[in-house]
Amino acid sequence: MDFLRPTTWEEALAAKADQPEAMPIQGGTDVMVEINFDVHRPPALLDLGRVPELFTWEQVDGVYRVGAGVPYVRIIEELGEALPGLAQAARTVGSPQIRNRGTVGGNLGAASPAGDSHPPLLAAGAMIEVESRDRGVRMIPAHEFYVGVKKSALEPDELIRAFWTKPASGPQYFSKVGTRNAMVIAVCSFAIALHPEERRVGTGIGSAAPTPRRAPAAEEFLAAELDWDAPLDPAVVRRFEELAAQAASPIDDVRGTADYRRHAISVMARRTLTWAWNDYLRRRAA
Amino acid sequence: MTIPLRAPRDIAAPGTGRVGDSPLRPDGTLKVKGEFAYSSDLWMDGMLWGATLRSPHPRARIVSIDIAEALAHPGVHAVLTHEDVPGRKHYGLDHTWDQPVLAIGEVRHQGEPIALVAADHPETARRAMDKIRIEWEVLEPLVDARRAAFDPAYPQVQERKNPARHQPVRVGDVARAKQEAEVVVTGVYEVGIQDQAFLGPESGLAVPAEDGGVDLYVATQWMHNDLKQIAPCLGLPEEKIRMTLSGVGGAFGGREDLSMQIHAAMLALRTGRPVKMVYNRHESFFGHVHRHPAQMRYEYGATRDGKILYADVEIILDGGAYTSATLNVVGNAASLGVGPYEIPNIKIDAYGVYTNNPPCGAMRGFGAVQACFAYESMMDKLAAACGLDPVTIRQINACKQGSKLATGQVIEAPLPMAEMLQTARELPLPPPLDPTDLRNLPGGASQTTHGEGVRRGIGYGVGIKNICFSEGFDDYSTARVRLEVIGGEATALVHTAAAEVGQGLVTIEAQIARTELGVDRVVIHPADNRVGDAGSSSASRQSYMTGGAVKVACEAVRERVFELVPVRLGRTYPDLSLEGGKVVSASAGVLASIEDVLGEEVIEETREFHHHPTTGMDPVTGQGSTHTQLAMCVHRAVVDVDVELGLVKVVELAAVQDVGKVINRVSVEGQIHGGSAQGLGLAVMEEIVVTGGKVRNPSFTDYLIPTVLDMPPMRLEILENADPRAPYGLRGVGEPPTLSSTPAIVAAIRDATGLDLNRVPVRPEHITSPAAP
Repeated sequence: MDFLRPTTWEEALAAKADQPEAMPIQGGTDVMVEINFDVHRPPALLDLGRVPELFTWEQVDGVYRVGAGVPYVRIIEELGEALPGLAQAARTVGSPQIRNRGTVGGNLGAASPAGDSHPPLLAAGAMIEVESRDRGVRMIPAHEFYVGVKKSALEPDELIRAFWTKPASGPQYFSKVGTRNAMVIAVCSFAIALHPEERRVGTGIGSAAPTPRRAPAAEEFLAAELDWDAPLDPAVVRRFEELAAQAASPIDDVRGTADYRRHAISVMARRTLTWAWNDYLRRRAA
Repeated sequence: MTIPLRAPRDIAAPGTGRVGDSPLRPDGTLKVKGEFAYSSDLWMDGMLWGATLRSPHPRARIVSIDIAEALAHPGVHAVLTHEDVPGRKHYGLDHTWDQPVLAIGEVRHQGEPIALVAADHPETARRAMDKIRIEWEVLEPLVDARRAAFDPAYPQVQERKNPARHQPVRVGDVARAKQEAEVVVTGVYEVGIQDQAFLGPESGLAVPAEDGGVDLYVATQWMHNDLKQIAPCLGLPEEKIRMTLSGVGGAFGGREDLSMQIHAAMLALRTGRPVKMVYNRHESFFGHVHRHPAQMRYEYGATRDGKILYADVEIILDGGAYTSATLNVVGNAASLGVGPYEIPNIKIDAYGVYTNNPPCGAMRGFGAVQACFAYESMMDKLAAACGLDPVTIRQINACKQGSKLATGQVIEAPLPMAEMLQTARELPLPPPLDPTDLRNLPGGASQTTHGEGVRRGIGYGVGIKNICFSEGFDDYSTARVRLEVIGGEATALVHTAAAEVGQGLVTIEAQIARTELGVDRVVIHPADNRVGDAGSSSASRQSYMTGGAVKVACEAVRERVFELVPVRLGRTYPDLSLEGGKVVSASAGVLASIEDVLGEEVIEETREFHHHPTTGMDPVTGQGSTHTQLAMCVHRAVVDVDVELGLVKVVELAAVQDVGKVINRVSVEGQIHGGSAQGLGLAVMEEIVVTGGKVRNPSFTDYLIPTVLDMPPMRLEILENADPRAPYGLRGVGEPPTLSSTPAIVAAIRDATGLDLNRVPVRPEHITSPAAP
């Protein structure tokens, strides 16, 4: 197995273009597990750990551009205020050791339906910046990024450079069911982001469909029915949780049943919307 | 003999702690710093790596095996099948000899070893393994334990026929009692397959020796019993196999059966090279036996005021394809099937069966865990039916000193069960839920609730566990103790074959030697088979048995020191002792330092320690005085349950345990914490999920064990009511809390939810849609 170690982004893109079957590796918290378990035997590993550009984040015209190699621990510590939903999700990833190594970029690269970053990225309406040597940069909206079970819209010669997301303009929440109180892979998860300036609510569902996905009907329903100047109408909440659960298409597997997942999505949808709305009203009153 | 790198060596026990103190563990600092040498760290120049080809099928015929391509793979030194087993082709515990060293013509469980490869590099060995061609005839697996127990038409899994053991217990007249009962409650209970989940995978090193034998460095629980199975299979006399215990990364029963021992030795003897084998986590799930899953049916009848009149019990334990420890697990489930309660009329039928499900054997609690979940659930059910609270119903029926167990065995040592329950009930309760910190809530940092849907519940559990081996087994231990002056200081060297598996035995060996010999400096020799049998690090027995052996060996050494006194001091004293490094006479005071009395003398004594004899269980009535010692733990669990999502946070576990005598308080607390955590795991998360004989979650990604956010702080009340027959009056500590924490937690979840919950582990969907399971 070749081990490619570029030290600049250009070298990394060149290496990927020359050897598209090379598996990018960042923190190694996912890729190494799969190699150790013999799930994958890529002919080459492309170590992105020495590419400094990937470890930085910046604000460009008010939008956060976060390098794919920024580990979860820094998302929590440095971006917790601006990206609260993602930071909450980051807190639920593995153990402290894993959060020191694991990255949103890696989560996107694996594109597992259970990846914790995906629902908040979907709810916030993030864009994924990918790049290839030969065709340059593409910006892919998060909801178009996940195309199948562990499959993303990434082309073989592309690498993930960063994700772009606006700072939260309203309350955001992430909620994840697991059968253990820490260090657990999602049985299912749900993210919500209020966008008061657009009078819109974003959603994201994890581990309850072949890909992470939004709940578009639930979002549309809230856009139409929410009274942004009033307390939550219980009937609206009820309909929202139904629509959120209907957006899922879960399976029975060793981590949980489809019925349970659908049920849990509805409970999390209700609770996260309620928390977010209470925060929203409180902030407005303040 | 060449010693491998990182092989165990003599290790000085830190501190000066005597019995009752809590000195540091000799292995503690190394383990905390990551420097302890586990068996997977062994290394020898020129060694090869072994790998094991395992069956993907739970039941299949092997039509043919073609190893030619694997053997031709560059870097491969040997590929072995059952034809290459030099001696006996089968091994097994308790003389059952039913497990093939390598599969012969058929496989009976997923993961059964079929062939071995030795190669220059572990990766090469794995790649070569992929080139072994097997033609299969796949058969429908036999996975119905109930049919295996009762249906004569159900096909047999192996030559030993079903059931592996049926142990009845008959006391009084259940039929008549059924007519007299005013209250009758029934329950059907199920326990899933729990795994020991030790962190150090199966591993070791086999080194071919010049005498044609083999030196084995292995992580096991009982070297001498391993040896009895290894030697015939290798076709070698036992004296040509030198066993050395290497660093054991946890055991919990999962190392009572052989794993890589014979395999590595076969490869070493064939290639003439040292061979190392290390299972990875996935393979480890197939490399050892698990806890027997159980299906249990209980019926209790009682008077209206809660006095139990009868128990009618059926327990089916699925042992998988081979016997392993099933026979004794069934014995425990039968003899302890109704727990520590006085019941005048009893009918218990416990069965162990063969199926093509994963092989099961010893695990902490050993048959008593499964029954305890059922009988404690029944006590709560009976309490509800009689309008009594859970503590009172248990106190009404509690055993005490002088009571009889279901087997008729009289409890001879103190057993203050009713008082222990009272203590547990009266311990202060934890404060109410503080929802401001997510980590306090069900779901923890995953933020599934800010307090919504959370209800609190309280539950109790009592467990009684046999300590040491039962049913007439003489599981003695042996210790060799040497006392000499080294560098001007009297030094005791303790040598046993007892396995330190993380439980802290080496710590208390040193404490006992210091106590009995009055010296500070104690060195622990690595455990090996150059000293007599110590029995297994199982059944919570090593403090009792090897502790006892070290004690009697020290006493013998001490006598020899006393014999030197007239030689050195010119007169005799009738009242000598060794204290604080001195030879002391009760009447004449300090006589001399131990060093001065010893001089150049090297005193070495080896002693065996036997517990008092037990009897077998009557095959028809189950009666007998079968257990060596009985130990009890009482748990009170407080849980918060998110009833909408079915998530559980155990808020507090309080335990009251009678340990007879605290030898080392930190170790005792650690055992109770650990045992309780393992019981918590069984209550709410730990299960090997099996479909059609295949394991669906052989990884720590999906086989979940409790984290620090799952295991709550514990309040401990440790009692010391001495067992007069045991060394220092001690009781084994490790297993009882594993029994009682599970039913206490489930009872608390029932209290919070009002649900029946007849299966462990309790999964979220059992709480949110209770009809589903």
